[in-house]
This record gives sequence, structure tokens and C-alpha cells, in this order.
Amino acid sequence: VENVRLLDRLSSRKAALGTLYLTATHVIFVENVSETRKETWVLHSQISSIEKQATTATGCPLLIRCKNFQVIQLVIPQERDCHDVYISLIRLARPVKYEELYCFSFNPKLDKEEREQGWKLVDLNEEYNRMGIPNNYWQISDINRDYGVCDSYPTELYVPKSATAHIIVGSSKFRSRRRFPALSYYCKDNNASICRSSQPLSGFSARCLEDEQMLQAIRKANPGSDFIYVVDTRPKLNAMANRAAGKGYENEDNYSNIKFQFIGIENIHVMRSSLQKMLEVCELKSPSMSDFLWGLENSGWLKHIKAIMDAGIFIAKAVAEEGVSVLVHCSDGWDRTAQVCSVASLLLDPYYRTMKGFMVLVEKDWVSFGHKFNHRYGNLDGDPKEISPVMDQFIECVWQLMEQFPCAFEFNERFLIHIQHHIYSCQFGNFLCNSQKERRELKIQERTYSLWAHLWKNRANYLNPLYRSDHGQTQGTLRPQMAPCNFLYKFWSGMYNRFEKGLHPRQSVTDYLMAVKEETQQLEEELEVLGERLANLQKSQLNDDKVKSKQQDRSKQLGLSTSDNSLANTPQEYSNDLKSFPSRSPSQGDEEDSALILTQDNLKSSDPDLSANSDQESGVEDLSCRSPSGGGCLPSEDSGKDSDEAVYLAV
Amino acid sequence: MEFAELIKTPRADNVVLHRPFYLAVEGTLCLTGHHLIFSSRRQDNAEELWLLHSNIDSIEKRFVGSLGTIIIKCKDLRIIQLDIPGMEECLNIASSIEALSTLDSVTLMYPFFYRPMFEIVEDGWRSFLPDQEFELLSSVTDEWRLSCINKEFSVCPSYPPVVVVPKSIDDEALRKVAMFRYGSRFPVLSYYHKKNGMVMMRSSQPLTGTNGRRCKEDEKLINATLRPGKRGYIIDTRSLNVAQQARAKGGGFEQEAHYPQWRRIHKCIERFNILQESLIKLVEACNDQSHNMDRWLSKLEASNWLTHIKEILTAACLAAQCIDREGASVLVHGTEGTDSTLQVTSLAQIILDPRCRTIRGFESLVVREWLQAGHPFQQRCAQSAYSNSKQKWEAPVFLLFLDCVWQILRQFPCSFEFNEQFLIMLFEHAYASQFGTFLGNNENERSKLKLPQKTMSLWSWVNRSEELSKFQNPLFEANSLVIWPSVAPQSLQLWEGVFLRWNRPSKFLDEAHEEMINIIKYNKELQAKVNALRRQLAEMETDDRMQENL
Repeated sequence: VENVRLLDRLSSRKAALGTLYLTATHVIFVENVSETRKETWVLHSQISSIEKQATTATGCPLLIRCKNFQVIQLVIPQERDCHDVYISLIRLARPVKYEELYCFSFNPKLDKEEREQGWKLVDLNEEYNRMGIPNNYWQISDINRDYGVCDSYPTELYVPKSATAHIIVGSSKFRSRRRFPALSYYCKDNNASICRSSQPLSGFSARCLEDEQMLQAIRKANPGSDFIYVVDTRPKLNAMANRAAGKGYENEDNYSNIKFQFIGIENIHVMRSSLQKMLEVCELKSPSMSDFLWGLENSGWLKHIKAIMDAGIFIAKAVAEEGVSVLVHCSDGWDRTAQVCSVASLLLDPYYRTMKGFMVLVEKDWVSFGHKFNHRYGNLDGDPKEISPVMDQFIECVWQLMEQFPCAFEFNERFLIHIQHHIYSCQFGNFLCNSQKERRELKIQERTYSLWAHLWKNRANYLNPLYRSDHGQTQGTLRPQMAPCNFLYKFWSGMYNRFEKGLHPRQSVTDYLMAVKEETQQLEEELEVLGERLANLQKSQLNDDKVKSKQQDRSKQLGLSTSDNSLANTPQEYSNDLKSFPSRSPSQGDEEDSALILTQDNLKSSDPDLSANSDQESGVEDLSCRSPSGGGCLPSEDSGKDSDEAVYLAV
Repeated sequence: MEFAELIKTPRADNVVLHRPFYLAVEGTLCLTGHHLIFSSRRQDNAEELWLLHSNIDSIEKRFVGSLGTIIIKCKDLRIIQLDIPGMEECLNIASSIEALSTLDSVTLMYPFFYRPMFEIVEDGWRSFLPDQEFELLSSVTDEWRLSCINKEFSVCPSYPPVVVVPKSIDDEALRKVAMFRYGSRFPVLSYYHKKNGMVMMRSSQPLTGTNGRRCKEDEKLINATLRPGKRGYIIDTRSLNVAQQARAKGGGFEQEAHYPQWRRIHKCIERFNILQESLIKLVEACNDQSHNMDRWLSKLEASNWLTHIKEILTAACLAAQCIDREGASVLVHGTEGTDSTLQVTSLAQIILDPRCRTIRGFESLVVREWLQAGHPFQQRCAQSAYSNSKQKWEAPVFLLFLDCVWQILRQFPCSFEFNEQFLIMLFEHAYASQFGTFLGNNENERSKLKLPQKTMSLWSWVNRSEELSKFQNPLFEANSLVIWPSVAPQSLQLWEGVFLRWNRPSKFLDEAHEEMINIIKYNKELQAKVNALRRQLAEMETDDRMQENL
């Protein structure tokens, strides 16, 4: 469709005229401006809602809201065209079969072996080995090898050694959807562990001997402690209501040596409407400070984030400081339980705060334990009541921690944003389906690619320049402030207003420091090369003229030391050097260039929507900002100009 | 008066000091004429706390048996608690602190007694003289002149002795204009935009009154700043309503009929007690220690602090936009022209002029647009967020300005030579200081107090390399462009460095800052090494070649 206008949300005056294309996988808008032909790509799977608004004199407006918080406003001149686009998008945005999803057609030009390597990047058995398992207390169980006990659990599970098959099966029958207690995290240092399950089918008075034995077995696997915590992450009222349906929570009288605790995280429906309310605030046109703060408070979003964090902090404290094992559950044990277990693990173990470790953590607590990605993120057309930003909340918890502990994480904000993007994009197979069983049936690993391999290949983009593995902040358990500390939880505009670049800091400290570090690395290499050359030269000179008079030598040294000083005092010269750095020595330069082309190529094919909204670009932009003479800052000035004008002038 | 009269108990032992995030410490408390000194001589961590009496905003006392407790709330927003054994000692100390922290006479303040322990490299009182500023200006334009009309502070008591005015307007005309402006604050040059020759002027409101008085000289003066055929903007920092009401009291605003070449824009920036109450509420919210904190955001909202930030920044951006984008000259005023006017003119310069984003340039801006321009620091900063007395003149006008600068700094972290600490330091010294810089309400009072002769300037202390290094931003790369901040609510944040400074552990953030400095320092060292080696190699190679040639 031609002559479509893409409106800027902040100023109605700034609209781009262009052509709209619909492909099998993307909506593409190409601006008419001939020099730039700026492109906006949106994956169909990212579309969360499409709204056709009343036709005006200028045309028919179409509002597209995306799951990655992009909002696109189009005006299509012909009502009929608009209707066609609307109908097509509704169909395209709601696929009914997995095969329609982008990951089955997406091809990053990797051969079969590379694809397999990619899937092997994260290996959970290796991870349990890293934790020190199997050992005297814990063993791997194959009781679920054909998904015979629980179809939403993985085939390989870790359970206490003393838990026999009889106990496990008995316990599974007493738990919602047969999700019996299994190991999530084990702390080598003190044998304390985090286990997870669903709620018990206790009703008002039912009990189950095997389930009681199961909890007993978990306690015995930690000889240092004579009780375990059972953490129910739901509000007490919800848990009590569940008893009427024959479900509920553990009765302290029936289980010996447990301490029972409610945490009070709301359910998926509350979270969905909370996000909805917050996004409405983000979408307000020129809101006042009061509108914004009131809206944010009323959405309750940050309160919910804090509740999840508090639960994680409680568990991490029990494990690290008290040395007590914890069993965590909610209702089904695949939403709040996943959030809380993974936040606690992240606090406890520095490994999960590395890039690789974070991938492992997501794979362990979310993917393998059957978080229902398909239902929660609406990949296939389904029940809208099942949709909820469960994983988004976890990702935000990580960001909030990064704000409080800036040196503790190996990865940066961009890493989190890209993972969030791909939870919805369906471009990679990792987050498809609702369980391991479904993924195996679909042969995901043979037919799609792994996101982790893609992120790992581009890991240079995702590094936190402030991270140092030997830094004090990196070690051991993170101990965030507990209440009262609501002011520590902040609105994440980098995520929820991600596509409104005008709202964000115009210069990125992270990108700046990353550029400095990259340059430092090149300098180190150059220093080595220069040092070698110098040594060689000196050697040859020594051989050449050993008879050189001492006086000459001394004068030379003097000359050198002064030149050294003068260099240190003239920063001007450095900036000239600076420019030559990117394409430094010719031999290496070629390699680098080709590597660059490769990644760009990948980006184009794999991440069109990401590259189009210039997450990569901004890095480049800021790099050029570094050279004082370069006009690299101009974009910031220009982009600042128009959008802000409207804001300032609004009287 | 002798301070000794006020100090009945100069020393108390076994006093316990409580601070958030620190373990309680036992030690000795001493009172001097200007300081409260707490020292603990514990072997493992001997430490001393020196607190200026003038930094104390309010003091509360409590008794449990014979153990007295004093809670001291400071103007820099810190709160400390001292447990003092002995009821009489405690009462004596509390009453001494109360008396010493509320001395009436300026000349009893610490700056008049302070003797610097550092070597004075440069006298800060002479660092930013108007003549030097004017020299810079006259190198780019000859349309302006320095007028000494106010030499004896005879025309305008709150203006400095010399001001910059259009060349075509003589002193006689200025005198007439002064009669037509509130407090005699006639329009003077605030900023000259080299890029296009547009200017920003500031003044107070015109005294039009209800019957629409006019003043030909005033019209002539401000028209003299316009290029032929060009229009200008008057930014009135009051709402139209407030400006209209001002006419009843003899004030008012420029009528379109008399100023046809000017377009007036009203921007509402609050003043006085509204700002002071906003600060009090904000600090209350930040200090709320109750465990039920889930109304934090609505408390933040109710304080309106960020709303004020947004209003001030928006007005400043508008002024900058008129000058840089519209190519128009601007006149800014509110009522007196000593508060919101200065916020707008100084912030607009930060946006437009890269020089104001350097340390030296920012100091010069504070001197020109705040001290010399007659912002009544002594009145405005007499009390801070914990004061109980309801005096009329206090208002965190300067703190709001610093907060706005911090907001821009946060959005352009690489464009400022100074860091957040620099801004916090200025906030502290504006409220309590050993230096004379922020004493008095204008240059007139400062000259009567003989501050340059009798006290030390803050700039003498700051501009030494030892101190400067603490205030330098490691990320700074000179950016010669205009920087346009975003004023959307999503882009404005609470200034944690000031408002949560004492209520949150800052260890991890400090570590991050240190790491940042190290990364950049290491990079610079390597650059120096590589360059040295290159030079050395080049020399050796030429030597080689020369020898070969020989």
C-alpha cells in the first residue's frame, strides 16, 4: 500500500510518508525519503493488538500495539486498503499452528552442525554437575522419562536420594498437575537447596503420606538443618480459596519440621491488568508529572515487582544465611514459582549473573520446568486470559538488581531487552510451546535455531563494561535492601518506552565505556607489538654498534624522556590516533571488516526489527560521538529538536 | 558577644552517635563557637564528625530517665542522633546548639572566623570579574557596552555595580527605565548567542499598574536588542492570571500595543512557600521509615517537586529554542526577576553554551546569573527541609536549579566537565559554608560586609587541582553542540544523590563509579605508553636510517 503515513506519537506534525508492505512474516514500512529510505520492520508475532479507528479527512488510521511495547500509528489513505490490511494482520498476528511461526522459516545460513552446536550451548546436566550434583544426598531420577508421571516436567529431574519411586509417584498424585517437588538449586557450601512443586491437593483435611515423606527427604538431604521452609508465593486468601476446590497448602501439623510462609504475589490476571494500566500511562500524550506518577502508582506494577523481589530475597537469605532448604510453590508451580526460584538463584550464585549462566538459569527454571510460553505470550491464537507478563517481570527484576549492583552482572540492559523481544518474536525455537514434551514432539531442535547461540555470537554487544569477575560486588550472595525501600524500584523506561528514543538519555555511559574498553584492548595489543619491535630494533642496534660512545646514549635517553612528557601533555595528538584505530593494522583490519560484515548480515536476516530500531546503530552513533571533532552528535541534536519543540511549546 | 556565653557544657563524654547504615559509635562530644565535634577514639576506627552549627536546620530532644537524646536534622538533609548521658548536660548542649545554629548577625558566621589551611593559588573573589566577561563579549560584537550606572548601588540595590546594556541606550535612559521596573531591575544582557547573534535579557516586571502605564525608554531599550524586521519573545515566568493580578499592586506585563515586535509567552513557575512546602514534603516522603511504603509514588507525586522541575526545565528549553531555533531574542522576567527568572536564564545557557558545561564556565555562570544578579541567597537558604519556623522568604530556588542541571547531566552524561558531586557540593555550600561566597543577598550587601577582604571565596578552595579532581567527570568529551533535554515525565527522575543520599547504602554505586574512573584512567595510561613507544620507535628507525646512510 502506497502513500501511507507513519505518525510520530509525540508530535503529530512529524509524520513520515512511505509504503507499507505485508510479507508472510513481517509488516514493513519504507519511508519515501530517497536518501535514507528508513525502514521499520515489525514481526507479525510481535503484534499484540490492532485497532482500526474512525476514518478522518486524511485517511483511515490504524493503531498497532506490539508485545515489545512498540506502538505504531499508520494512516492509510483508502478505507478499503485499510480494511484489507486490518483483516490480513488480524489473521497473520494470530497463527493457529506452530508451523506458521517465524522460526520455522527463519534461516540464519548456518549448517546443520552449527545448529546442533548452538543447541548444545546450554546443557542442564552440566549445570547440575556444576552445582555438585549428583552427590551423597541428591540423584538424577528417570522416573519421568516418558513424561509418564508429569507431562509438563522434563525427563530428567533431580530428587533426594532417599526419595524412592514409590514416594515420588505418591507425592505427584497429591500435587496439582502432578508437579511433585524437584530440585531447582543446590548450594554446595552448606547443602541447603531450593526445590519447587505445585500446590498440594490438601483441600480442608486431606493428607498424603508419600508427600510428607517427600518433604522429609528434602529436609534430610540437608543434614545441617532440622527444618525446611515451605514458601507459598500466593496471597493467603487465594490459597485458602483453593482449598474449596480440593487444592490448597501444607498444614504444618501434618508435615513434621516445616515452617510455612505465604509471600503474597498476585496471580497472572492481576499482573496482566497491571501491565495494561502501566502501558496506558506510557502511551499518554504529553502527560503531566502528576498524571504519570499517579498512573504508575495506580497500576501497581512496581509493587508487584517488589513482591517478587522480596520473595526471592527471603529464599536467598534462608539458603545463604540460615542454611535452610526451601520448597517453593504457587498454584501450578510454573509462573510465580519460576519467578521466585530464578530471582533467588540469581541472588545466590554469581554464575547466573554471567551471560552464559543467565542463559542456563532461564533454560533451567523456565524452559525445562514447563513455563507455558505459548499460553503466556500468546504465540499461537489462544485464550487471552492465559496471557500474562510473567517472564517480563522476571526480566525487570534482573534490571532492578542491575541498577542497585552496577558491577555485579556480566551482561547489560540490551541483553535483557533482546531476550524479552525474542520471547515474543518466535524467531528462535527456545521459547516455543508449553513444555519440553511438546517441543520434543515438534522436533524443535532439528527444525529451528537456538537464541542462545545467536546472543552468544554477538556477546560483545551485551557486555557490561563495569563487570569484573574479580570485583568484590561480583562475589557471593547479593543482598539488596529490604523494606522500606520502595524508592529503590524505578520505572524502566528503557523497556516500556523502548521505542521512544527521545525520552532516553542521549548519551549512553555503557556504550561509551564499551568503546573505551575496546580501544584499550587494541592499545594493549599494539603495545605488545611495539614492545617487540622495539626490543628487536634495540638488539640489532646493540649488535651493530657496541662501540657507541656512552655520551651519545645518555643524550638519547634524555631526549626520549622529554618526548615522553610532551606526549603525555598533548591530548590533541591522541584524537588523531583515535581515528586510525578502527581499521588499525592492515592484516588484522581485513579480518575485522569481514567479521563486521558477517554480523551485519546476520542482523539483517535474523533481527531486522531490532536493527531497524537501531539498538546496534546507537552503539555506532555513540562511538562516533567520542571523537570530539566528529559530527556524530548531530543526530541527537536533530532528533531532540522536533520532538521536543512540541513538548516545550505546549502551553 | 562571646560564644562562650552560649556554651554552658562544652564537652560531654560517653555520647553515642547513631546514623543510618552505620553502627552506633561511642565518643566525646565537643561544642565550639561554630562546630559540633564528635570524636571516637576506638582503636579500630577512630573517627571525627565535624558539623557546622549553621548546617543545623532543626533539633529535637527526648528523655528516657536520665539519658537524653538529641536528634539533629541538617540543611544538607542528613539526620543524626546523639545519646547524651545526664539530663543537665543534654539540656545545656541542646540549648547551645539551638542558639548557635540560629545566630542573627551575619558577621558572627563562621566564614568571618575561618582561616584556610591550604595555600591560596588564586583569589576566588577575583576569578570572575565582569570586565573579563565583557572582554569576551566585545570580541564578537560591539553592540553592547558596560555601564557603571550602578556604581554606588544607587540605581538598583540588587544589581552589581556594572551591567551590560545596549550601546545605543545611555545612562540617562537607563535611569528612567529603572523607574519603570520593579526594584529598579531594568533589562540587562544575560547571554549572547554567538552562533546567530541573538540575545537573552532579564529584568523584573514592568510597573504598568491598572491604568497601563508605559515607558518609551523601556520600549526603546528592549527594541534596541532586535535586528531590523525581527521579532522577539518575552517569557513571563508567571501564569497570565498571576501577571494580570500583579497589575493591581502596581506591577504588570508588557502590553502588545506598546511592544508590537514582541510576543509574550506565559510559563508558570512557582515561587516561595509553594516551593518550600514542596521540598518539605519531598524530604518527608524520602525519610519515611515506616514499613508500609507502598504509597511512595503518590507521596512523591504529592510533593510536586518533579512537577516544578519539569516546569522550570520546559521554560528554559523554550527560551533556548526561541534563541537557537527561531532566531529570536528573548527577554525573561517574573515578578522581582531574582528567582524563577534566573532559573530560566541560567538553564537556557547550559543548554545553549558548551562553556557553561565546563567547571570554570559553570562557576562563572553561578557568579553572573545568581550571585551578581542578586538572588537573595541569605533569605532563600536560611532554612531547609526540616525547619519548623514558617518564615516567608525561604525557598529552594537554587536547589531546584541544581536539580535541573543534574537532570540534563543525566541525559547527557558525556557533555559535562563536572560530575554530580560538584552540584551536591554547591548545594551544601549555598546552605552552610566556611566560605563567604553565598553570604548576603546581593553584591551591595556583600560589599558592605567587606566579604572579599574578610572571608575566603569558595572558588579559591574549589579551583585547586586537589579539589578539582573530585569534581571532574571522567566521561567528559567536549561537545560544542546545543543539547536538548527531554522534559517528558519518563525522562525526569528523583535526584537520589541529594534526596536519598543519607537513606540508601551507596557502596555499590560508589564502586561502580570507581570502576568507571579506573577503566578510563587505564585507557589514558595505555595511550600515553603507546604514543611514547611509537615516538621512540620512530626515532630509532630514523637513527638507523641515518646510520645506514652514513
